[in-house]
Amino acid sequence: MEIINILNHFDYTLMIVAIGAALLGAVSGSLGTYAVLRRQSLLGDAISHAALPGIAIAFLLTGSKTPLILVLGAAIAGWLGTLLIMSIVRMTRIKYDSALGIVLSTFFGFGLVLHTLIQRTGNANQAGLDTFLFGQAATMLKRDILTIGILGGIAIIITFIFWKELKLLVFDEGFAASLGFSTRALDILLTSLLVIAIVLGLQAVGAVLMSAMLVAPAVAARQWTDRLSLMMFLAACFGALAGVSGTIISSSASRIPTGPTIVLCATVIVGFSILFAANRGLLWDWTRQQRNRRGLKTAAGGLFKEPQQGGD
Amino acid sequence: MLQGHLDIQLIAIVTAVACSLPGVFLVLRRMTLMSDAISHAILPGIVLAFFLTESLSSPLLILAAAGTGVLTVVFVELLQRTKLIKEDAAIGLTFPALFSIGVILISRFAGNVHLDIDAVLLGELAYAPLNRLKIADYDLGPASLYVMGVMLVLNLTFILLFYKELKLATFDASLAATLGFAPALIHYGLMTLVSMTTVGAFDAVGSILVVALIAGPPATAYLMTDSLTRMLILSAIIGSVNAVAGYWVAYLFDVSIAGAIATMTLLIFVLVFLVVPNRGVIAIARRHARQKWEFAQTMLVIHLLNHEGLPEAEAESEIAHLHEHLRWDPAFANQVVRYALNNQCVSQDETLLILTDRGRAIAQQALVQ
Repeated sequence: MEIINILNHFDYTLMIVAIGAALLGAVSGSLGTYAVLRRQSLLGDAISHAALPGIAIAFLLTGSKTPLILVLGAAIAGWLGTLLIMSIVRMTRIKYDSALGIVLSTFFGFGLVLHTLIQRTGNANQAGLDTFLFGQAATMLKRDILTIGILGGIAIIITFIFWKELKLLVFDEGFAASLGFSTRALDILLTSLLVIAIVLGLQAVGAVLMSAMLVAPAVAARQWTDRLSLMMFLAACFGALAGVSGTIISSSASRIPTGPTIVLCATVIVGFSILFAANRGLLWDWTRQQRNRRGLKTAAGGLFKEPQQGGD
Repeated sequence: MLQGHLDIQLIAIVTAVACSLPGVFLVLRRMTLMSDAISHAILPGIVLAFFLTESLSSPLLILAAAGTGVLTVVFVELLQRTKLIKEDAAIGLTFPALFSIGVILISRFAGNVHLDIDAVLLGELAYAPLNRLKIADYDLGPASLYVMGVMLVLNLTFILLFYKELKLATFDASLAATLGFAPALIHYGLMTLVSMTTVGAFDAVGSILVVALIAGPPATAYLMTDSLTRMLILSAIIGSVNAVAGYWVAYLFDVSIAGAIATMTLLIFVLVFLVVPNRGVIAIARRHARQKWEFAQTMLVIHLLNHEGLPEAEAESEIAHLHEHLRWDPAFANQVVRYALNNQCVSQDETLLILTDRGRAIAQQALVQ
C-alpha cells in the first residue's frame, strides 16, 4: 500500500512503468529461483539472445509489428534454442557451458543477419534492435502490464500446480526419475516457463540484461532461507523492489536508462544479502568465527593456567 | 574493391584464428561463458578509457578493457569463494552489473561524444579496413589487422611456450598443482589473453558474436578429434572457413558480416554434430538401430543352438513360429531372419532355419560372455 501512496505523488506514466517493472521483477524473480537452484543461471542469457531471430522471422512472415506476434516469435526461437542446447548436452561430450555459448551467440548472429535483411527493405530501423538489446521500460503501457500480469501469473500458478514434481527435479533429479516422473518433460516444462518470463522481460530490460533479472533476486533470496517456498516468495519481493526502485531512480534524473538501473538495484540487493543475511551472510559468518575464536581462547587459556597454578 | 574484399577476409580470418586458439582451452575447461561475461563486462573499461583518450583506437582502450576483463574473472572467483554463490550465478550477476554501469556511463556522459553502444555490441567488419595504420603517410594496411595479428602471435606464443602446462592444468588441475605448475598462474594468463583477444575483436565483430568465434570452432573440433594438438589445428581451420564463408554469404545477400560468420558457425557446427563419424547424431542413430538387429540376431542364433539336434528342433526352427517362441512380432521376426540370412548366420531350408558355422560361433561366443 505504501508503495502505491508514494507513487501517487508521481505522474501516471511513471506509475504504469513502475508497476510493470515490479510485476516483471516478481515474475522473473520467482521463476529465476528454479534456474539458480539448478545451476542454470545463464540459460536466461542464452534464451534472451536466441529470441532475436524469432522476432525477425515473425516480422518477415507477417509484416506486422504487433507485440503479441513478435513475442510469440521470440518465444518459439528461445524455446528452440534451449532444445538445441539440451540435445547437444545429451548427445555429445560438449559441456553445458559451451552449448549455451554457441547457441547464444550464433542464434543472435543469425538474428542480426535477418535484421540487416529487414533493414535493407526499409521496413524497420535501428531502434527496433536497440529496443531488443536494451529494452524500453519507459514505453510500457497499461496493456503491457495486463499481458505481464496474466502470462506471468499463469506461469507462477503452473509452478504451484507442479510444486512437488519441480521441487524434486530441482533437488534430486535422479530420485525424481527413479520415482517414475518424466524428468525430461519436467525439464521442458520448467524451461518453457523460463522462456515466458524472459520474453516478457525483453521489452523492459532487453536481452543483454535479462539474465540479471532472473539471477539476482533469486541469489539474494537464497541467502536468507533454506526453504524453496520462502525463497521463491522472497525472490519475487526482491525482484519487485528492484523494479520499482530502479524505475524511480532512473526517473529522478535525466539520461539514466531504466533497464540498467533496475539491474544495478537488483545487484545492490544481492550485495546487501551476501553481507548481512542472517546465518549465511559474510558478517554473520565473521562474528561467529570471532565468537568461536574467543571461546576457544578462554578455553585454551584455562587449560594453560591450571598447570601453572598447580605447579607452583 | 578487390583490395576491400581481401582486407576484410584477412581481418576476419586472423580474428577467427586468434579467438579460436584460447577458445579451445575455454571449451575444455568448461569456462566458455567466462568469455561471454568478459566481452560484456569490458564495457565500463572501454568507456572510462574513452573518456580519457577520446579515441576508439587508442591502445590504452585495449589495456583498460583487458584490465576490466581480468577484474571480472577475479570478481566471479571472489563471489564463488564466499561459498554463497555458485559459479554460474556468479557469472550471471557480475557481467550484467558491470555492463549496466557501462551503459549508464555512456548515456549519462557520452551523449555528445561519439561512442556507439551498437558498435561495441555488434561491431561492423565492413568498416574495419577504413581505419588504416599509417607511418609517415605511408599506408601499412588496416589497423585492426595489426591489432588482431599481434593478438594471434601472443596467443600462439603463449600456447607454444606453456603447451605442457596448459594441457596438464586443463585435464588434471590437481596433478598440475602437486607437480608445482601453478595452475592459478596459467589460469590468469589464459584469462588475460582471452580478455585482450575479446577487446581486440570487439571492434570487428562486437562483444556478443565474439563468443561465437571463441566457442564455435573449438566445440566443432571437439566433436571430431580426441587429440589436443589436432583440436587446436582443426579449430583454426574451421574458424577460417567460417570466416571466409560468412564473408561471402554476407556479400551476396548484403547482410551483416559478423552475423553471417556466426550463422556459418552455427551451420557448420550443426552439420558436424549430425554427420561426424562415431559421435554424430546420425552415427549414433545408426549404431542404435544396428545394435537392435545385432541383439535380435544373437537371440535367434542362441535359440537355434539351444534346440539344435534335439527332437523339438524342427518345430523350434520354423520361421512362421519364431514369434511364438521368441515373443516377437511376426513382421519383426521376418526382418530379423532376413538380417541373419544376409549376415550368413543362418541358412534357410524351405521354412526351416539352420545354423551356419558362423552363426554357431556367434551364439557360442555370446553364451560364453
